Amino acid sequence: MGERLIELRNIAKSYGRVFAVGGVDLHVDRGEVVGLLGDNGAGKSTLIKMLAGAIRPTSGEIFVRGVRESHWNAARSRNAGIETVFQDRALCVQQSIIRNIFLGRELSNAFGLLDRKRERAEAERLMRDIGFTSKVFSPDSIVGQLSGGERQGVALARAIYNKADLIVMDEPTTALSLTETEKVFRFVRAVRAGGRSVLFIGHNIHHVFDICERFVVMDRGTVALKATKEEMGSAERLIAYMEKLAHPQGIEIPPAPGHEAEAA
Amino acid sequence: MTVSIEPVDVSARPVERPPESAVRRFAERNRAALGTLAVFVVMIAAFMAASPAVFLSWPIYNSVLVTLPVALCLVVPLVFVVTVGEIDLSFPATMGCSAWVFALIVHAGLNPLLGIVAALIAGMALGACVGALVVTGGLSSLIATLGMNFMLRGLIMIVTQGKSIALLELQDTTVGSVFAGQVFGVPVQIFWALAFVLFAGLLFNGHRFGARVRAVGDNPDSATEMGVNVQRVRILTFVFMGLGAALAGVFSTMVNYTWWPTTGDGYLLPAIASVFVGGTPTWGGVGTIAGGAIGALIVSFIQSGIVAAGLSGFYVQFFNGLIIILALIGHRWNQKRYR
Repeated sequence: MGERLIELRNIAKSYGRVFAVGGVDLHVDRGEVVGLLGDNGAGKSTLIKMLAGAIRPTSGEIFVRGVRESHWNAARSRNAGIETVFQDRALCVQQSIIRNIFLGRELSNAFGLLDRKRERAEAERLMRDIGFTSKVFSPDSIVGQLSGGERQGVALARAIYNKADLIVMDEPTTALSLTETEKVFRFVRAVRAGGRSVLFIGHNIHHVFDICERFVVMDRGTVALKATKEEMGSAERLIAYMEKLAHPQGIEIPPAPGHEAEAA
Repeated sequence: MTVSIEPVDVSARPVERPPESAVRRFAERNRAALGTLAVFVVMIAAFMAASPAVFLSWPIYNSVLVTLPVALCLVVPLVFVVTVGEIDLSFPATMGCSAWVFALIVHAGLNPLLGIVAALIAGMALGACVGALVVTGGLSSLIATLGMNFMLRGLIMIVTQGKSIALLELQDTTVGSVFAGQVFGVPVQIFWALAFVLFAGLLFNGHRFGARVRAVGDNPDSATEMGVNVQRVRILTFVFMGLGAALAGVFSTMVNYTWWPTTGDGYLLPAIASVFVGGTPTWGGVGTIAGGAIGALIVSFIQSGIVAAGLSGFYVQFFNGLIIILALIGHRWNQKRYR
């Protein structure tokens, strides 16, 4: 693989005596799409929130391009070229599309005055690039007026604006229609084609298997499996593995034809 | 999984959108403020119909222009505080304290300009204290600022033993005429207040700070996740409130050239009412400076208007409340809350 983009070493987060994430190693190289899997409560969201700087780790180290980071926070994470599409999309629904795209990163002059013209032009371009312009709305439209898929479009547009090196997506296809889901995948492929990396979190294993080259499976706050696509072989094996994690005493479910439909 | 039919490539389609007229966009963007303006126009029309002799002549307007500047200096920063999702009930005491600083410096024979600067600094410092208490202490701003208001006012009373400070030396000075004189028969303070409103409007609508104030009030979690320092933004709104309160304190002291230990006390409820009459909702994330300014105008007019319309003073409170309630109902109907 290429250059090591980010690396989390022995990262942990505890709430009192409960460990949400207990000592996880994770890295993403330049230009690869990594799938992060695991059941609800496995610690995936906590892990990526630490990467995004939204949650402070209890212990552990974060390296960006080989350099150890200190005083890690959300602003630093974004400045380091990491954009996160959060599960809740992190939008301000009473604000315009423009204000959401430039949230925390307003285009302004030396006095802090907003460059409205440039913000509007950039927003128009981004929305067109993403392909979320099918409905009748303008960059000035209030996000609260948009559908779920369109809101996701705003979150994606924001993530690509800064030409981030790594885009982290936490269950980006949840509650989206089939067409909208397809758009998200097209987005991931486009990002990768541009030589950038994606850390993709999802519940639909077939989706994740399709789109990712490497998989990290979490279970109860720790990494249970790391494997490349070649090592894994098929989505069915990945599913079987995860079934086994969830029910260690249970019988391993053999991959069967027609199983894909169930998982969708 | 595979999709058998390729979905239509929507991205290739041009952006379809009806042509927007500039007027329509303006109306949409300033919906709340325009609603407030409508309330004001209706109210003045009603007053004119009830008492043409009073409302078609200048003196009533002039009397409102004396009290309005102080109200504007309080209401406009309060819009920031409410939009960020907090409330400040301590500004009357902040106003009293910073005006006190001004009065003490002038009374000591120092340059009154120095007094104004010191008052503004004192106001911002007090605002920072209140903000830090609320934000870093994680306290309810409603209760904490109420406590601060009592505490600061109590402090003034303890130290001054309730005595006022006369500043007659300010009369006929340059500073006196620049900040409390008349221009073309109009109280000059209104021009300073309008400049402050314009500045605040630019800060709110056209500046990074205003954008962040709205974002934090809208969804603090989202703002945090996008790297906005939410606590800092919240504290800064209280600092701005302190600045407005200090300005209001200096203005009100200069109107009568006297500082009273009660300076600011009467402005608490009218200023809060003005913010909401102006069309800023209680839930945070959205607000309107222009609406707040017109709201202050409405609230300033109600009292003198009702008396001038020939009703006895006993009616003032009733109509005060009625107009506030009607304005709120109007805004509820005019605005939609997005979630």
